[in-house]
Amino acid sequence: MSFINYSAREINCKIVYYGPGLCGKTTNLQYIYAKTNPAAKGKLISLATETERTLFFDFLPLSLGDIKGFKTRFHLYTVPGQVFYDASRKLILKGADGVVFVADSQIERMEANLESLDNLRTNLKEHGYDLDKMPFVIQYNKRDLPNIMPVEELRKALNYRNVPDFEAVASKGIGVFETLKAIAKLVLLELKSR
Amino acid sequence: MFNPQLVLHEKEYEAIKSVCDRLYKESNSKIVFIVDKNGQLIAVSGDVSRMDTTSLASLTAGNVAATGGLAKLLGEKEFSVLFHEGENDSVHISLIGTRMILVVIFDKRTNQGLVRLKVKKSTEELNRIFDAIFAKTEKEKASQGAIEITESDIDKLFGDF
Repeated sequence: MSFINYSAREINCKIVYYGPGLCGKTTNLQYIYAKTNPAAKGKLISLATETERTLFFDFLPLSLGDIKGFKTRFHLYTVPGQVFYDASRKLILKGADGVVFVADSQIERMEANLESLDNLRTNLKEHGYDLDKMPFVIQYNKRDLPNIMPVEELRKALNYRNVPDFEAVASKGIGVFETLKAIAKLVLLELKSR
Repeated sequence: MFNPQLVLHEKEYEAIKSVCDRLYKESNSKIVFIVDKNGQLIAVSGDVSRMDTTSLASLTAGNVAATGGLAKLLGEKEFSVLFHEGENDSVHISLIGTRMILVVIFDKRTNQGLVRLKVKKSTEELNRIFDAIFAKTEKEKASQGAIEITESDIDKLFGDF
């Protein structure tokens, strides 16, 4: 649910990074946090276990600048990827204006990708959203690893909607901002079309 | 449309803010703020100069969401009040209607009973204000488009990256 505040002249939007466990959702946020001008970002909050697995969510507020005199602010969230945290995942999706699906390119994680995408669709539906209609971007992460699937195959399996998709190595920042830009753009355009 | 939008105009914001200000004074608390259930900060009263209000808002919403999930598991509709007691500061969280959260942070200068009482009074008022806002947003949906965003506006946003 985007929030337009005419009094403070602000547009606020919520973007959720979704994907299977250990695919690099938190790494995306950490890279964005590390590379963003301090004035444009808030604190990165990670509710994680002692082993740095996301327990509830990561949260990063970002200000991008002005559009027609309105400050645009994005709240980036990640979900916990591990299968058994489904209840938490569902909660975080509530009110999302756009979703980034971070896929793990490794061959052995393909099934986890498909399961997570399916889970995303189901959880969105429970909130009354349709994955086929909302702003959505896919990132094929971990392209630097040796045992990865060709992008074409990943695309065929995951991107049937033909949304913007990006190859990435989130730990090195490759593809991270491209992905963020693409989803932010779709979310803002959606705002316009309402 | 997949997602209901919240649009807040100056006059409505002033109305919300004045209820917060009054609650802040009457309950003798440190900070009063209103967050929507998605973690967007709507209004705040009190000295927040050393407070990270954005994080506060997001964590409050996460807290309420998690507790709401817990309530459903137990067969409850929701837990309408949450209370966290600390050594110095305590936090009183309550729901306003179905979409908003009222948070009061207070210390030993006041007590939970007074906060609760004043929150109750303010909640009724805030309920009325938000009901009117949501009804209006719903009505205006068709005629919206007040902010005309172009692709080049959006591209400019990313100039720094």
